[in-house]
Amino acid sequence: MNFYAIRAIYIFEMMRTWRTLLQSIVAPVMSTSLYFIVFGAAIGSRIASIEGISYGAFIVPGLTMLSLLTQSISNGSFGIFFPKFSGTIYEILSAPISYREIVIGYVGAAASKSIMLAVIILATARLFVAYEIAHPLWMVIFLFLTAVSFSLFGFIIGIWADNFEKLQLTPSLIVTPLTFLGGSFYSIGMLPPFWRNVTMANPIVYLVSGFRWSFFGASDINVGVSLGFTLGFLLLCLTTVWWIFKTGYRLRA
Amino acid sequence: MQPIISISGLGKRYASGFKALTNIDLDIYPGEIFALLGPNGAGKTTMINIVCGIVNPTEGTVVADGHDIRKDYRAARSKIGLVPQELATDAFETVWATVSFSRGLFGKPADPDHIAKTLKALSLWDKKDSKILTLSGGMKRRVMIAKALSHEPKILFLDEPTAGVDVELRRGMWEMVRSLQATGVTVILTTHYIDEAEEMADRIGVINKGELVLVEDKTALMNKFGKKQLTLNLRTRLTSIPAKLADFRLELSADGSELVYAFDPHDDKVGALMKGLNELHIDFTDIRTSQSSLEEIFVSLVRARP
Repeated sequence: MNFYAIRAIYIFEMMRTWRTLLQSIVAPVMSTSLYFIVFGAAIGSRIASIEGISYGAFIVPGLTMLSLLTQSISNGSFGIFFPKFSGTIYEILSAPISYREIVIGYVGAAASKSIMLAVIILATARLFVAYEIAHPLWMVIFLFLTAVSFSLFGFIIGIWADNFEKLQLTPSLIVTPLTFLGGSFYSIGMLPPFWRNVTMANPIVYLVSGFRWSFFGASDINVGVSLGFTLGFLLLCLTTVWWIFKTGYRLRA
Repeated sequence: MQPIISISGLGKRYASGFKALTNIDLDIYPGEIFALLGPNGAGKTTMINIVCGIVNPTEGTVVADGHDIRKDYRAARSKIGLVPQELATDAFETVWATVSFSRGLFGKPADPDHIAKTLKALSLWDKKDSKILTLSGGMKRRVMIAKALSHEPKILFLDEPTAGVDVELRRGMWEMVRSLQATGVTVILTTHYIDEAEEMADRIGVINKGELVLVEDKTALMNKFGKKQLTLNLRTRLTSIPAKLADFRLELSADGSELVYAFDPHDDKVGALMKGLNELHIDFTDIRTSQSSLEEIFVSLVRARP
């Protein structure tokens, strides 16, 4: 294992976060805080509680998950796309490192950044709404698994994308709508039966539900199913990354 | 002597069907400067990229310092440094950070002394804290060389190292390459500047349409394929070449004032020509000789192949 290479990639990527602190940390925390102020503190106070949980507290896991997903994808995709765009990918490809080490370096840094952001968001939310975490260990597990699997998903997008438009396409046209419609702001139990069934096809529902369970001990979907789905998605991403490096898809001619 | 790079039966066909390399066999020896010449699209960069691990070969093997580049890629790649043709840099990083990153990437522990020595050798020390985007093109090129040298490679590939740099910087690059050779580094360079290969290389390979046309010691190549030309300024103009000198295939200038004799450096007919001229009382006021350059040899080799 080339630990020096993993460390080099990880530090290099993390340094970008510190260089772009406003964009990487401050901006997403600010926009999520606005959600908490508007939907949690302002409108939330006029909305009845959901399953015994105040609306302000109810949206905390969903909003945290929204930021976690989008930032994981953004960090994971940009980390590998930028060397491709600038041409510096030659150095990664000619270095004595395996694809596992490349993935650990880039995805590790992307996941670290999004977990850091999620923790800041959770701390910031506490300023606006009161909430407790019923299962802290499971909260950390869901946070970690989601960050890693969606950073991997972002990494795949970063390799697939050959221009900036494609880089933004999946997050903005697929992931964000699915997250908004995945129970971030509501319980899927509030939907009519038809739309509830349609929503069950949305993979984000399982992530939000599992994460919410770790906060309140209650969820729309069995937590085992949520965990299984998260692990399944992780496995799918890992398999895709393995295939990419095995075939050299969009990396090695 | 064992070659430091041994290429056997190397071929590359891209997914589009384009065959970039065909059955390349080449040995490169430790400590030499090897220049790979060829027109655009000849396959020079593809060959370098395969050796460095950026492109997968379709067939054949490459062994670098005793390590197969595919089966034992970690050991093989750790011996190789690459300066690609394009100026690809991390624009927002400092010189120090990007060179240190390269060293780590190649599996070496941090060594600030080595990084400092490399930057000083490349006249980049006073720019170590500058962001790369603030540097000139020539400095960026040197940063890329510093990155390639950061892990102390035994083999250095320079893909068109002086493309687009001014004459002074080119000279500086040549000196740097020679100093690297003096430390035992094997240098393989591709170039469009034939004078660069003529100035620096120990051996020359010519590649055309994916095939290695020849590999020769530079001096031997120039002796083998180079032509010499002898020009005589005549005291009295001639209207035609005397029949007695027909065997020499001389050329007479349009105004009859110059006789030109093109000959192989190995033949010994110059003396006979002089004797013949003397017998015919053809006197001359000046005599000049010239030898064909590597560029002329290269062009003739490439044109000779369909």
